[in-house]
Amino acid sequence: MDFFIQLFTDPVGFYNQHELLIAQIGINAILAISLFVTFYSGQLSLANAGFMAIGAYTTVILSLYLPLPLPVNMLIGAVLAGLVGLMVGLPVLRLRGVFLAIATIGFVEALRLGVILNVPITGEGQGLKNPTADPLGGILPILVSLPILAYIVWRLTRARLGQAWAAIREDELAASSNGINVPLYKMIAFIIGAVIAGYAGALETHINFFVDPTEYGVTRTIQILTFAVVGGTTNVFGPIVGAVFLTALPEIVRQFASYRDVVNGIILILVIIFRPQGIVGRGGLALIRPKWLPASWSARERPASAL
Amino acid sequence: MTQQILNAIFIGSIYALFAVGYTLVFGVLDVLNLAHSAVFMLGAVITYSLVALHGMPFLPAAVIAVLVCGLLGLLIEFVALRPLRRRNAPPISALISTIGLALIFVAIVEQANPGSFFSWLWQDGANSVRFPAGAVPNPTFHVLGLTIEGTKLLILITAVVLMLVLGYVIRFTQLGRALRAVAENRRAATLLGIQVDRIFASTLFLSSALGGLAGLLFGLAISDISPYIGRDQVELKGLAVIVLGGMGSIPGAVLGGYLLGLIEVLAFVRFGSNVEAGVAFAALFLVLVIRPQGLFGARLRERL
Repeated sequence: MDFFIQLFTDPVGFYNQHELLIAQIGINAILAISLFVTFYSGQLSLANAGFMAIGAYTTVILSLYLPLPLPVNMLIGAVLAGLVGLMVGLPVLRLRGVFLAIATIGFVEALRLGVILNVPITGEGQGLKNPTADPLGGILPILVSLPILAYIVWRLTRARLGQAWAAIREDELAASSNGINVPLYKMIAFIIGAVIAGYAGALETHINFFVDPTEYGVTRTIQILTFAVVGGTTNVFGPIVGAVFLTALPEIVRQFASYRDVVNGIILILVIIFRPQGIVGRGGLALIRPKWLPASWSARERPASAL
Repeated sequence: MTQQILNAIFIGSIYALFAVGYTLVFGVLDVLNLAHSAVFMLGAVITYSLVALHGMPFLPAAVIAVLVCGLLGLLIEFVALRPLRRRNAPPISALISTIGLALIFVAIVEQANPGSFFSWLWQDGANSVRFPAGAVPNPTFHVLGLTIEGTKLLILITAVVLMLVLGYVIRFTQLGRALRAVAENRRAATLLGIQVDRIFASTLFLSSALGGLAGLLFGLAISDISPYIGRDQVELKGLAVIVLGGMGSIPGAVLGGYLLGLIEVLAFVRFGSNVEAGVAFAALFLVLVIRPQGLFGARLRERL
């Protein structure tokens, strides 16, 4: 409760006290958006943690060895993540559903365990110290980037591109027989997701003093997926709400902080069963109706969501 | 080198046992059960808790743990899978709800300390423990210059016997026929009078019991029991195994398990432990991209 009292009565004090939390919320929201983009086109890609790692490592390695300004480093990191996205997407996007999810998990772990641990320039699993880290100054770029990215993605989902994605999500065959270039649009979604995830990784290194390879495993990707699913994937605000809600939750309910994963798990299951469209999203509860409940209690409309 | 290949066979047996349960659920329900690795972990944790905290001899403890894991499978079916089937959700939804259950299982063990609510189950928090010395007899054999530990031999025998039994059940019993019918075509099976929901429940029971058994054997052989053994050691490698063998194919999962054990040992011998860690995922990625039906060419429709 103190959390909210302070938030509304003393926002400045609240900000000063919770800077790290706010930064983390921002990062998580951007990551959730990156997963949302591919999800919106009907692809469950779990490669985000890998692209994040590429963005993060590129930024730090560049600022270690080249005298470029930091924003340039971060952009290079994001672009490189996009390029890797293109190379990974070419073979992988032929796969559907669960197979795509597994292949992207394979990519994340192969990158982390196979490449990062074995290439000397990445510190071979020891991690890298970040010379340009600035925990306080790093928050502003995050808070500026989040609304800009959200706006861009929101515009994209409203444009022709977004309509094509929605069509592919609902029925790939119907979409392609209506003249939508399915592989192209899937690839665009995959690359945009990769660039955003790489950018989020670059932003995150800016508030940490250390790049740790264990941060970029499948656990992280699944966390991002949780944000998007709980928040809802019908529009771009769902993932943001999910990230804010789930990142702040352990702070709000301090008693359960050590059981946060239990709480997260329960929320995830309840949402996926009763509210597949997420917190944000139209419609009521998709009630699994017990026999004694009147039929009018169950949601009749199928919510517009890939879940 | 021969010693290394022996190790490959032992670790391969565990992979195979774990992956058989994984692939069984995928074959019959068309669902990837990501809580399987948490059940694997609980198999080891429950056995350890019965032996070390409650002073039970190893064998009855192991039997109880396997049965409890089977019941956890039923929990997965009733909490995470059945409600989603009732609303005709796409298979991706089940993937996510089982992730939720896995999070819960792991967090419960990881937060269990002396004095906490679950201290009867686990008292070591996030730490790694091993079975108390002497709880399990472990004679060592020396054959032809090779050292074979009794526990590892036990694992190999258990794994092989169980997989043969499973093969028999699937191929020749009424339950197995029903399983294969449901895997082939759910609607046709319903029309033939097979109670599909009951088959799904039995599949989850069987699969989770095997997963728990694999877990306790792992804890026995590797002497490493912690809340993270499922997530870190077998969850994703298990995926690699069932992809290598062809998703949903049981013989494929067995062969894939041994193959992965062999690949890992070879990578370790040739390139060291850093490469060993990544090789499973590189294999997973390559197989999915080049040959999504698996190395052994199981046709996707004919999976069990």
